[in-house]
Amino acid sequence: MSFFSYAWDWVTTSANWHGSDSIPQQILAHLGYCVLPLLIAALIAIPAGVVIGHTGRGAAFVVNVANSWRAIPTLGLLILLAVYLGFSVLTWLLPLVVLAIPPILINTYEGVAGVDPDVKDAARGMGMTSWEQVTRVELPIALPLVLVGLRTSAIFVVATATIAAYIGLGGLGRFIIDGLASNEYGPVAGGALLVVVLAVLVLALFAVLNRLVVPAGLRAQAKLGRTE
Amino acid sequence: MLTRSRTGGIAAIAAIALAAVAACSSSSSSSSSSSSASASSSSTSSNPLSQGGSSTSVVVGSANFPENELLATVYAQALQAKGVKVSTKLNIGAREVYYPQVEKGTISIIPEYNGTLLTVEVDKTSTAKTTADVDAALAAKLPSSLQVLNPAPAQDSDSITVTQATATKDHLKSIADLKPYAANMALGAPPEFKTRSDGIAGLKATYGLTFKSFVPLDESGPLTIAALQDGKVQAADVFTTTPQIVTDKLVSLADPKFNFAAQNVIPLVYKPAMNATIINTLNAVDAKLTTEALLQMDNAVITEHASYSTVAAGFLQAAGLS
Repeated sequence: MSFFSYAWDWVTTSANWHGSDSIPQQILAHLGYCVLPLLIAALIAIPAGVVIGHTGRGAAFVVNVANSWRAIPTLGLLILLAVYLGFSVLTWLLPLVVLAIPPILINTYEGVAGVDPDVKDAARGMGMTSWEQVTRVELPIALPLVLVGLRTSAIFVVATATIAAYIGLGGLGRFIIDGLASNEYGPVAGGALLVVVLAVLVLALFAVLNRLVVPAGLRAQAKLGRTE
Repeated sequence: MLTRSRTGGIAAIAAIALAAVAACSSSSSSSSSSSSASASSSSTSSNPLSQGGSSTSVVVGSANFPENELLATVYAQALQAKGVKVSTKLNIGAREVYYPQVEKGTISIIPEYNGTLLTVEVDKTSTAKTTADVDAALAAKLPSSLQVLNPAPAQDSDSITVTQATATKDHLKSIADLKPYAANMALGAPPEFKTRSDGIAGLKATYGLTFKSFVPLDESGPLTIAALQDGKVQAADVFTTTPQIVTDKLVSLADPKFNFAAQNVIPLVYKPAMNATIINTLNAVDAKLTTEALLQMDNAVITEHASYSTVAAGFLQAAGLS
């Protein structure tokens, strides 16, 4: 049997959709483990990225730190925290926040730093304050890249939140880890398939978000840029 | 009978032919009176290595984890002290690697655990639980070239373990004592404990226990210990010789009704390589080997990084076997 037939058989077994620890419950739990880390990472990384991009100060340092930060093994950090912190909220939250920060930070920085100097000049020439330049010109222009950063982080987190199950919590990782432990491939393949489906839904969500929040002019420009 | 099968064994051990030939010549001369041979060898063995050529030679092997290597070292040193010529092959691998080697005699002695030896290698369908039943099943089902000697009281088995504080507060000694408390306790164990026959279902059937919740963790590893210490779970499945039982003051509850199958330390031996000296020596070691002693030795090796040979020598000396 192939991966897909294992996965399909398990996902389409109706018993798996009812009762405690069923698929819908674990999907909800899984999303629960994704939202908070993303929110915290965005609250840290977007302002930091804007400040660095706007001032240009400490850019090389922060970008290098953020990039090397990506080498921190999430599962290792989780177990370390479980052993030293015990089983608090921080134990699963911190590794996912650490995972989510670099893409948002780097993309926000690149987006803000890459705003056309002529546009910045014009904004300054119009008498905008620093705050106005950032919020009304630079950030809107950087928004497509900020969204790319958020999207990348969201997919990382959706795929990696499976590790919450490693410390006895729920989420889709529960199916994968329990399945492995009892040599049942159905839940392992099915759980993995559901994670992939969630990740694709996240992609779609960000496509819609991109449409809603990026100014029409920028989108038109991007389209123009592509055809040129 | 003994001599004939021993010669057959030599044919199989081409790789260590030289040592084996020496063993054969000595054994054929002493097989009729092996007890007197052992007595004389032990009385003159101030330096056991010096008279190796005139005694039997065996290979003590071990699986690839610290406790097993330690046990192999204990066996090897005890045999050396009785003048048996011993070589060791530690850290061979998992059971599927070393078991065939004992079966054909390249390894003569390996420390085993009777319960898993039976259900993983010898008879997968066995439901024997107690030490006596497991050993009887092993004696009946082992291949003809293999034999198990006396089991040690020491067990490295699953156990329901609680913190010292919980044990004192609720006066817990055995799993049965959990009856009034289980409904308020979270139980931590590896994920498969949920479906294993000696897991959730076994505890309910054997002791009538239903825990408040089940928290899937790891196999008696750092997460399980941390969860116990943290109060995330109040009871957990911990192996009885896990060093943290000593360092973190945990209490493994007794299992008088054998929910978990016995896991006594037991030497698995290649029959043709045995003689009375070897068998008596290993049985004497096993008689002194309690779970508590093994736990202390594991702790010395794993937590305090003492060498296998130092820890083994210390145990044998305390037991009067060196």
